Order: sequence, then C-alpha cells, then structure tokens
Amino acid sequence: MGILDTLFGRTKPVQPKLDDLFGLPSAAVQLEAATGFKPTGSGSVSFRAAEGRPFADIQKEVLELLDMDNGKPGAGLPVEVTKDSYGYTWIVSNHLSDEMDVLVTDLHAVNSALVDGGFGPQLLCTLVAFSDDNHRRLSLVYLYKRGTFYPFAPVPGSQDRRDNALELQVKGILGEDLKIEQDLARWFPVWGAPGL
Amino acid sequence: MATPTRYAPDRGLTVRMTATMFLLGLVFVAFVALIIGIMSAAHASAGAIIFIAVIFGGGSAFLSLFYSDKIALAAAGAREVSPQEAPQLHGIVDRLCALADMPKPRVAIAPTRMPNAFATGRNSKNSVLCVTDGLLRYSDLTQEELEGVLAHELSHVAHKDVQVMTYASLLAIVAGLLVRFAFYSEIFGGGRRGGNNSQAALLIPLIMLGSALVYAISFLLIRLLSRYRELAADRSGALLTQNPSALMSALTKVSQGMNRIPTQDLRAAEPLNAFYFTPAMKLTRGGGGGKSLSALFSTHPSLEKRIEQLEKIQRELSQPGAGNPRGIQ
Repeated sequence: MGILDTLFGRTKPVQPKLDDLFGLPSAAVQLEAATGFKPTGSGSVSFRAAEGRPFADIQKEVLELLDMDNGKPGAGLPVEVTKDSYGYTWIVSNHLSDEMDVLVTDLHAVNSALVDGGFGPQLLCTLVAFSDDNHRRLSLVYLYKRGTFYPFAPVPGSQDRRDNALELQVKGILGEDLKIEQDLARWFPVWGAPGL
Repeated sequence: MATPTRYAPDRGLTVRMTATMFLLGLVFVAFVALIIGIMSAAHASAGAIIFIAVIFGGGSAFLSLFYSDKIALAAAGAREVSPQEAPQLHGIVDRLCALADMPKPRVAIAPTRMPNAFATGRNSKNSVLCVTDGLLRYSDLTQEELEGVLAHELSHVAHKDVQVMTYASLLAIVAGLLVRFAFYSEIFGGGRRGGNNSQAALLIPLIMLGSALVYAISFLLIRLLSRYRELAADRSGALLTQNPSALMSALTKVSQGMNRIPTQDLRAAEPLNAFYFTPAMKLTRGGGGGKSLSALFSTHPSLEKRIEQLEKIQRELSQPGAGNPRGIQ
C-alpha cells in the first residue's frame, strides 16, 4: 500500500496471479519421482462468494462451462460445488490421476471466468490433492494473491494435526519447479477442504 | 488498469478525510508559528516550558505507539491464543489475510462479556487483533457476521490507523501539556520573577491561551478523523468479504448488546474506546443539543451513518453489468 492509501484509509483489492498454476503438471511428476505421492485427480478452487445477483450469474456460467467440456455423457458430473464452514465456495473438479494438465486447465477456466467478471479479488486459493501408497494425504495449495504454492499435509485420522516434516520435505523437493511460499506464517491450514 | 474490477473508490470520503487532515496540518503550522514567535522573544522560561512539553509529549506518544499492542492487551486483560485454542477464529483470520494478501496479525481474546473487538499495533508485523469473549459467545453473531467484524478490524491494521491517529494526536498531546506546564509556572514561578519584565508576564498566559485553543480545535479534528477512519474500515471490510449485509447486521447486534451491559463495565472499558469496533461508552447528554454534541466528540460514527454507507456498497454489488465492469483510474 502506498502512503496515499494509508492516509486515506483505502485498500486496493488485490488481483490474483494465475500463470504459475501451469507449473503444476511438471511439479507433480517431480513429486511422484521423489516421494511416491501421486495426484488423486481431484482439484478445487476456493473463492469468496459475493452477495448480489452478478456474482450468482457468473458462478452459474462457470459451472456450465466446466460441465460442458466434460464430454462424457452418463459418466456423472465431474464438478461439485460445496460451501465450507467458513462461508467459502469450493468448486471441485475430478479427473483421472494422470490427467493433471486437464485438471489444471479446468481450474484455470474457473479463475479466468471470475477474473473476467471483475471478481478476481474474491479468489482465495486452489488446491490439488495427492496421496501415496500408505494413504497419506498431501495437497499443494496455490495462494492467488501471492502467486505461491505451499504444501498442506493433514495427519490421517487425527484432528487438526499437520505433518510438518512431510510439508518441509515437499518444500525442498519442489523448490526449483514451483514458487514456494517462503513465509511459513502464510501456510494456513485448510482442514476438511473438499477434494482433499 | 487492464484487469476488470468492481471496486469503485469512495471519492467523497477521501475528500472529507483530506480536508480534515489539511485543517489539522494548518493548526499545526499555526501552532509552530506561535511557538517560534514566543521563542524569538527569547524568554528563557517560556523556551524551557515549550522544550519540555515537546520532549514529554513526543516521548509519550512514541512510547504509546511502540508499545500500543502490549498496552492495549494489558488494558483489556486479553491473552494471545494459539490456533489450537481457537481454531475457528484463526481460520477466519487466516482466510481473510490470504484474500487481502496481508501478514497475519496475532490473535487475542479478552475475557469480557461486552461484545467487541479491536486491533492495535504500530505496524502490520506487530499488530494484534483482539476480540472479547462476549463477541464469540454471548452475542449470537453468525459466522459471517463475526467475519465482517474481523474484516473491519483487519482493515484498521491495513490502513495503519494506530500510526495515523498517533501522529494526528501528537500535536494535541503537546498542546495539552503546554497548557498544564504554563499554568504551573504561572503559579509557582510568578513570585520570583518580580516586576522587572512586563513582557514575560504576558508571555506565559499567551502560551496557555494559544495551546488551549490548539488543543480544543485539534481534539475536534482528531475525533472527526477517527470517525472517517471507522467509515473507511467499514468500507474496506465489506469489500473484502463482499458481504456488507453481514457487517450491517453485526453492527446492529453488537450495538444492541452494548446497551444491555451494565454501566460499570463500560466505564472500565472507556480508555480503549477509540480502538473498539463500536464505542463502549456513549456521550449521551439530556436535553435538546445533546445529540449533536455527542456526535461531535464521538470516536465512532453513528450506527445510522455506518449502515447507510454499507447499504450503498450493497447496492453497488447488486448492480447488474458484471460483463461491463468499471475500472479504477
């Protein structure tokens, strides 16, 4: 924030950074090679729904768009919409494990639709889920406003505990492929995130 | 800016805030001119008084700014809580900070039944967001309303309101001290001087009078500025959550809750008033002119004013034309 914004008590809405999302497919390959974690094929976009008609219209548009390019009639809807306990909407897109680039394209479609409608500042984060043979869970969370990723690994079967060792290991592995959030205070937990 | 945006800046508020700060600056310049005039009259005791007032005033303002987080937390009896202790509260703050792209402040809870919240700290790295037990438990706020309150407080942090208000009140602190010092020196120093300097006998009352005037004017201007900062925080908070309705209903609920609480509690909370989400103590006077007087001295705008502004934002958000958004110039 500039000095004028401070003086006048203004906050400029922060626009999301979208491009780094496309680094995910190659990072997924790297991750699998190093740790055995495979993509589950599920990914989600989380945003803050605005009140009022215009936002509702856009949200509808997005869903129609995603369902349209599914193209497999009878295969069931790959897109789910859920609202979490914090009031954020999650659009969950499900694909096969090896379709990481299709998934990322889907997620990007949601982003672009919201940004084009003027709701870019509403985007919170996007999340792509991974799991390994021991059913350990891991997700890479993309922070739109920072343009950075961070790992989030809830310990299975226990409430509100994170596997920090695994998270830091992933940070080391992906440090060269993805822009990892360096400020650990911003690695906020997303307990019970849909698709995780 | 190429990116479409739906945020329209509130020019009216900016203009009013500029005017207030300009007037404060004007008072400051006039005050400095007065002091220089007195100094150039080269009267030692007057010079010493001014010097001491500036040192004391500046020093105390700096200390209160530097330790604002600790002072406010201690005054409210609040305790910092970890994410494990208050997962829901931390969860809301985490998400709002990620949306707004700002560092997360520390989170504290004050064991007061009065529903309220405040944010303080000299910069965003050292800021604390504090909510009272009453806000979390007794005020039956929904999750979205609580989020509206927290977004308002985070906007105070983002706007650096503690810093801005400290700098704005610096002048009033120095002027207030000058009145006091000049008064004492008149009482205790008057006899010693004798009748050898008639200029000196005039000088000290002049400092006193000038300072009192500066103090009164800047006090009113600071209160006015504080009310504008509240409106700005309401606005930014509502735009961050995109849910002005929730903030409106939270405001209504919290101020109703305030009225239900016994007076003794409120008096104890008075020093923290300027930081609070809604003021804990209202300057209500009986009689005809009472209402406008309390509006003039109040640190917060009236509930009606705040709701009126939020309704405006609400209308902007429901406007059709998402495909043809306005851009910020």
